[in-house]
Amino acid sequence: MFDFSIITKWFHTLLTGVMPEWLAIGIECLIVLLFIILLYAILAIALIYAERKICAFFQCRLGPNRVGKWGLLQVFADVLKMLTKEIIKLRQTDLLLHDMAPYFVLTASFLTFACIPWNKGLDILDFNVGVFFFIAISGIGVVGILLAGWASHSKYPLIGAMRSGAQLISYELSIGMTMLTVIMLNGTMQFSEIVQQQADFGWNIVRGHVPAVLAFLIYLVAGNAECNRGPFDLPEAESELTAGYHTEYSGMHFGFFYLAEYLNMFICGAMAATIFLGGWAPIYFPGMDGFNAVMGYIPGFIWFFGKAFFVVFLLMWIRWTFPRLRIDQLLSLEWKYLMPLSMINIILMALVVCFGLTL
Amino acid sequence: MTLDIRTVASSELHNEMMRLKQERHMDFLVNLIGMDWGEEGGLGVIYMLESSKTGETAEIKTSTMDREHPYLQTVSDIWQIANIYEREVYDFYGIIFLNHPDMRRLFLREDWQGFPFRKDDKPEEENPLRMDNEPLADTTKEYFINADGSVGVKENVIFAPDDYVINIGPQHPSTHGVLHMRTRLDGETVTKIDPVLGYIHRGVEKISESLTYPQTLALTDRLDYLSAMQNRHALCMCIEKAIGLEITPRVQYIRTIMDELQRVASHLLYYGALVMDVGALTAFFYTFREREMLLKIFEDNFGGRLIMNYNTIGGVMYDIRPDFAKQVKEFEKALRKRFHEYQDIYSTNIIALNRMVGVGTLSQEQAISFGCAGPTGRACGWHNDVRKRHPYALYDQVEFKEIIREEGDSNARHLNRMDEMLESLNIIDQLIDNIPEGDFQTKRKPIVKLPEGSFYQAVESSRGEFGVFIESKGDKSPYRLHYRSNGLPLIAAMDTACRGEKIADLIAIGGTMDFVIPDIDR
Repeated sequence: MFDFSIITKWFHTLLTGVMPEWLAIGIECLIVLLFIILLYAILAIALIYAERKICAFFQCRLGPNRVGKWGLLQVFADVLKMLTKEIIKLRQTDLLLHDMAPYFVLTASFLTFACIPWNKGLDILDFNVGVFFFIAISGIGVVGILLAGWASHSKYPLIGAMRSGAQLISYELSIGMTMLTVIMLNGTMQFSEIVQQQADFGWNIVRGHVPAVLAFLIYLVAGNAECNRGPFDLPEAESELTAGYHTEYSGMHFGFFYLAEYLNMFICGAMAATIFLGGWAPIYFPGMDGFNAVMGYIPGFIWFFGKAFFVVFLLMWIRWTFPRLRIDQLLSLEWKYLMPLSMINIILMALVVCFGLTL
Repeated sequence: MTLDIRTVASSELHNEMMRLKQERHMDFLVNLIGMDWGEEGGLGVIYMLESSKTGETAEIKTSTMDREHPYLQTVSDIWQIANIYEREVYDFYGIIFLNHPDMRRLFLREDWQGFPFRKDDKPEEENPLRMDNEPLADTTKEYFINADGSVGVKENVIFAPDDYVINIGPQHPSTHGVLHMRTRLDGETVTKIDPVLGYIHRGVEKISESLTYPQTLALTDRLDYLSAMQNRHALCMCIEKAIGLEITPRVQYIRTIMDELQRVASHLLYYGALVMDVGALTAFFYTFREREMLLKIFEDNFGGRLIMNYNTIGGVMYDIRPDFAKQVKEFEKALRKRFHEYQDIYSTNIIALNRMVGVGTLSQEQAISFGCAGPTGRACGWHNDVRKRHPYALYDQVEFKEIIREEGDSNARHLNRMDEMLESLNIIDQLIDNIPEGDFQTKRKPIVKLPEGSFYQAVESSRGEFGVFIESKGDKSPYRLHYRSNGLPLIAAMDTACRGEKIADLIAIGGTMDFVIPDIDR
């Protein structure tokens, strides 16, 4: 497997050869920032297009097919439209908080986005408590949503924000616990290390068998809820609260919420791929050397994107199939079923790891 | 049918009504119709009652000669639906019902001057186009008689100042039109609903008083647009029976089949709207796919997709096309084949069941007291199908089941509608192959004049009993034309059904009630 750190190290030595180190690091940070923003935008556009097409096929429709070949330029057109729209200032809103809220959501989304290991040696934020950091910053998004609802000074957004607060905080527990099971299996909180182990010993979902599969399923449900997507889209529940917490937003401020929603879906998929499905590690079957060699030639980031988009497809499939839950059902699902289940699962995983029952 | 209306003195009204309810079990208030009989007859009300047990009917009228301060006794303590019906009569005729807890206008603005349905009222003069916002009072008036015989007024509170009231509608994705429900919340729990109606009130009944009978037909399709066929059928039938016009068997067949096709179309749309309301967006397209086939049949045969204008007095507008039977059979085959998809994706889904089972329950007594006929009433175990109770057209010659469930919750209402679709297909099955040859239009005089008297005709529309009441003085146009709306009882029952449920349930219950706003506002 190609190690991307060779390139980054070469680039770093190249820069430090002609300039002081602080400047080199500064330039590198700038490049990384550009890379993140660009990737973020491209992924958002790809995801929105994918969602439109996939949901169209579920719904016996064609989806966008007028702007560009197969409607490929539709999303670009929509983004342009969104950018030109006026950002409405409402008289009774708390302007500062109201304008800040989308940036909170976006910042949380950006920071979690930076935690993802894209390829071997290609991770932006990678340190020994990566998982911890990931869970911590993903919590910032809730603040943004609560602020949006509160500062709008309107009843629908307020109900949406309250729902969202209850929902996101609850489901973060399950996410944390499923990640804990993985940490127990791999013995590390560093994302690159978790993936490296999977490349060496097999994917977590195979290696940890029963508890890992259970954790994966719980993660899918909780992750779906974390993304505010159907059947857990209560905070914006279109048919109940018109648009929930972002009812009073317009133009690009609404666009930020929209972007963050889609990227959070991708981050959810990417995290599932990283901690359960082996990240950038290719498929290996012991004993089938020819096959394994061919798989090894496929670059790691293609493996990673393939797996992430597979999970994203699962999330879309679920969204376009199920009706929405009610708030009390949503909370009882988490507190009465998922939470106890993931606690038992941790014990199960502990037993599996202690007695060396991993595959 | 011609009505034989018994007059009761206004002072005796409440006792007489109580007696009818208790002794003769008249628990279904079908209609409560305000009337203005002019200087000689005064202002009054016609009550149409029916017993849900024995099926016998009674028509009562009462009146007061005082046009300045017309007072009548309320019956809102006997039938719950009378509460909203009496508000309608107050709105249109200015009749004040004593002891009625909530004497507000129902459809018109609260600052409206005059009472437009009175024959001597001139609404244009006193009501210029107002540019200010419509006031919505949080309090209401109750009129009662003091011990000395004078009339007293007291103020009742609808919403207290510190209640958390949220406006659901008039612009809202899930109210299926411009319905406005002021909803009091305790957290997420609904504690009270106050419907504010009349955003698309067009005064169809008032307009009809100045139209000739054939002209009134055009407006029926615009009431409950998902029951356009049945509504117009009811009015045509009422007029035909009043003037004694015979209808050819071919027309009877066509009308029955069209009524049932319309019912299927309506229930398909109901399913789509309900699943949208509870957030299952994909299932919505499934029924619209089949509904499109049906609308194509309508369009091919008479050009309309939503507003049909098909029935006429004495027949139908055009003959059906030669391939009508083939088209209908193709549609039927497609629907039966795909019906399981609707059930698989929504009706048997665990989340959907959790959202509907045991939610928004109406007891049988409540359903009858509110007059929630149709699939909603039948979900509470109330046998109220007009096609069985008062058969019309060909319904006494075909075999079909009346779909009854006992639970009274959202799920029962939903399943009732799903089953009714199949039952409608069964009815069509029995008729489609034997449509007799003949004329599609009976010859009649160009000017239609109804004999003097009162006439009523009910049909089973897609969402319950749709009734047409005509009072004629022997002229070319009706003296009073009243439509029994199906939506109004459903809206009235929303408060009872939704109390203690969550906001999300309010939306889902509204979806399963399946009201159509133009039908409510008229």
